[in-house]
Amino acid sequence: MLKEDTDRVDGILKVTGKAKYFAEYELPGLTYGVLVTSTITKGKITGLDTKAAENAPGVIAVVSHLNKPSATAYEQEGGPQMKIFYTDKIFYNGQPIAIVVANTFERATYAASLVKATYAKEEFNTDFAKALKDPKAKKLQGQADYKRGIENAYKTAEVKLEERYFLPIETHNPMELHGIIADWRPNNQVTVYAKTQGVKATQGTIANVFKIPMENIQVNSEFVGGGFGMALRTWPLEIATVMASKHIGKPVKVVITRAQMFTMVGNRPAAIQTIGLGADKDGKLTGITHRAYGETSTYENFTEGVVNMAKFMYQCDNVNTSYAIVPVDLGVPIWMRGPGEATGAFALESAIDEMAHALDMDPLDFRIKNDPETDQQKNKPFSSKNIKEAYKLGAEKIGWSNRKNKPGSLVEGPWQTGYGVSVGVFNANRGKASVKGILKADGSLLLQSATSDIGPGTGTGMTLIANKLMKIPVNKITFELGDSSLPPAPSQGGSATLSTVGSAVNDVCVALKSAIAELAANSNMDATANFVEVLKKNNLPQIEVTKESQSGKEKDNYSMYSFSIHFVQVKVHALTGVVKVSKIVSVGDSGTIVSPKTARSQMLGGAVGGIGMALTEESIIDHRYGRYINNNFADYHVPVNADVPEIDVNFINKPDPYINPMGAKGMGEIALIGFSAAVANAVFNATGKRIRTLPITPDKVLA
Amino acid sequence: MKPSDQKPNQGDSRRDFLKKSSVITAIALTPGIAVKAAENNADERFAELFEKIPLNLTVNNKAYKASVEPRVTLLDYLREELHLTGTKKGCDHGQCGACTVHVDGQRVNSCLSLAVMNEGKKITTIEGLADGDTLHPMQAAFIKHDGFQCGYCTSGQIMSAVACIREGHTSSRAEISEYMSGNICRCGAYPNIVDAIVDVKEGGANV
Repeated sequence: MLKEDTDRVDGILKVTGKAKYFAEYELPGLTYGVLVTSTITKGKITGLDTKAAENAPGVIAVVSHLNKPSATAYEQEGGPQMKIFYTDKIFYNGQPIAIVVANTFERATYAASLVKATYAKEEFNTDFAKALKDPKAKKLQGQADYKRGIENAYKTAEVKLEERYFLPIETHNPMELHGIIADWRPNNQVTVYAKTQGVKATQGTIANVFKIPMENIQVNSEFVGGGFGMALRTWPLEIATVMASKHIGKPVKVVITRAQMFTMVGNRPAAIQTIGLGADKDGKLTGITHRAYGETSTYENFTEGVVNMAKFMYQCDNVNTSYAIVPVDLGVPIWMRGPGEATGAFALESAIDEMAHALDMDPLDFRIKNDPETDQQKNKPFSSKNIKEAYKLGAEKIGWSNRKNKPGSLVEGPWQTGYGVSVGVFNANRGKASVKGILKADGSLLLQSATSDIGPGTGTGMTLIANKLMKIPVNKITFELGDSSLPPAPSQGGSATLSTVGSAVNDVCVALKSAIAELAANSNMDATANFVEVLKKNNLPQIEVTKESQSGKEKDNYSMYSFSIHFVQVKVHALTGVVKVSKIVSVGDSGTIVSPKTARSQMLGGAVGGIGMALTEESIIDHRYGRYINNNFADYHVPVNADVPEIDVNFINKPDPYINPMGAKGMGEIALIGFSAAVANAVFNATGKRIRTLPITPDKVLA
Repeated sequence: MKPSDQKPNQGDSRRDFLKKSSVITAIALTPGIAVKAAENNADERFAELFEKIPLNLTVNNKAYKASVEPRVTLLDYLREELHLTGTKKGCDHGQCGACTVHVDGQRVNSCLSLAVMNEGKKITTIEGLADGDTLHPMQAAFIKHDGFQCGYCTSGQIMSAVACIREGHTSSRAEISEYMSGNICRCGAYPNIVDAIVDVKEGGANV
């Protein structure tokens, strides 16, 4: 990163405390809602005593399944989430069952403690590993089985391995607590201030649940204090808040607690995976088998791309995968950064390292040897792939030549040093989005789209795309987002925003330029005349263009992925088993880098998230009661400043010729995908101990 | 009677008061009437008299005279009463640092401090750090080094970072990291945060 690279366009608002997040809007007559949650894991509510709460000072109402306003969609059979809050059924411990609304937060909090529920309990199971072993427990197909060549070819290979890998539940835990302000006014006019990765998605969900027109609903979400996937849907607690507002006829604000962030707004599901790898003695892969089981809920199925990577990342004629989901009595999971691909990459990239070791090969050489020229799964060329260059660059930066292939070779006092590498890969997506551009005679450009910015710097990226095309200074360009009344754009997820919305920004700018050129020609001005002069000459205060943009045929002709390589150096303390990540080099191969400063920060964030996934993060449940026991930041360990070494971020920065006009591919997911395997591989290199269960805590290192 | 004229009755809880007062007891025994009284804001008047405590404090050089319930945290008082929402709630348990403010110059997790504990104290929040439109050097350094992504932990990080320099815990990157580890950043901007602090420290600006 160069210091002169463009700063974040919303930087001043964020460092002065003026950036407004959902809970910070002042509405006349605003009330406070606090959730009452279930204390059993499965069964039915048989009684709800709300009298004491209703009589408590300042309480306006207690809303529950007993008195909630009717929601048309919830009265119909089927569909997602319909049973949470809306009926007497309990599907997980900590499920919202009532919302207490009062005129202050403290009064609502106290009154919520006075609501007493009685239940009819049922048998439950929250233990994913136990469900997997239980022959009577449901196992549902999560993705169609895949087979290329011979099934389980690894079993007859010259060199073979078969290993199991376990990932626990992880919780997104963005710093901002989830919640919503809902204001239901007469004539079914609804305004919400939401924490959402998609204002159009939130608008659509509310419209769909209450069967009111989209245009009745205004969703505002200008600043989002992190999401990492958990704000990709409108959760039952948000719908409950909308119901509460409708019920009392006043705006209601709900901000959930950190403990509630563990139960009711999703998580990265636990997974158990088996990888079978076969190779010939020269180190060519001859068989890959990847079988995965992921956790889901009993009331809704959740699937993700756990076994995707195995199908195309390495040259291999015999590949088969399977993926099933196993319901347990917990809240439904949701994509967490990198999503299933990060889960899968931990297993596959650990196994690749194990195979290299079995062959006595350098794991980098082994990867290069099995690097495919084309995508064997789709039978198409890659749109762009510079992974060998990335391997070389990263190896040089980390000092890979210092690595010894024999584990446990680098010892200094109590510290053992090891090096690890891993690859990350994710679909380079491009969806459909609209952007409006207003070019003004005062020399400014206003761009608008109903996209979101959960942190990556969407506004900054869009501004830079326009800046490059229009030659308008960055400080004269404004990009507005987070407002459902703006031209539609998809939710911010799957590393697609820059590619999707950025393409529409590109198209708008191109259209504005040609409109100006046309005006110039009509008024006998030079074709290169400045747009301000052209507008003034034509007595136009502004011109306006809206463009919808989406990918074309190139999607059918090429296989499009973003890639990352993570190199880590770890130090493992022989006596205590403590693992310290001491050096990180990440290389991103994701096409053109539009905004170097924010792109670098995204890669940093992925590495930091990867340290958490590898070493510390695990949401632990007491299966006797079905309750999370480490549902706070003191017990659920996310990396802190002292856990993170200096991180050397590098980009190949070569345009992808096909993906979009900028040549830029997404990079939010690849920043994290694979990272945890690089750490596990480095721990093996340091100690000779192969740890296949995350997180790699000292007890496992010492065991 | 203005709240400040009322002697704080800190020993008496609402419940004790209700027990002592025969008139109120009569109301309390008649739920319908009690509800009606609550609707007429009788409840609010009782609360004002017996549950709230006068509070004088200075926030960002502005004096505030208030009457607050003793259970209101400094964080909620700043955000919900004064609408100084730059100070963030990330956990409400003193585990994340998003709510860090300066109390008489010391960094404090405002979620772990009740508003009434700050009688006579001087509070500085992120809104009080800049000098008008001129950013505090730490704010400028956070922008320059991109010390944040989503921005939610940023106020707390900056307040902690300023305190970190004032406390003299900046002899090395490792020391800075250690003394900034009470402020969680889930977006993972830690190396940039350390860069910003080193830059301000080396720049020698008065923080």
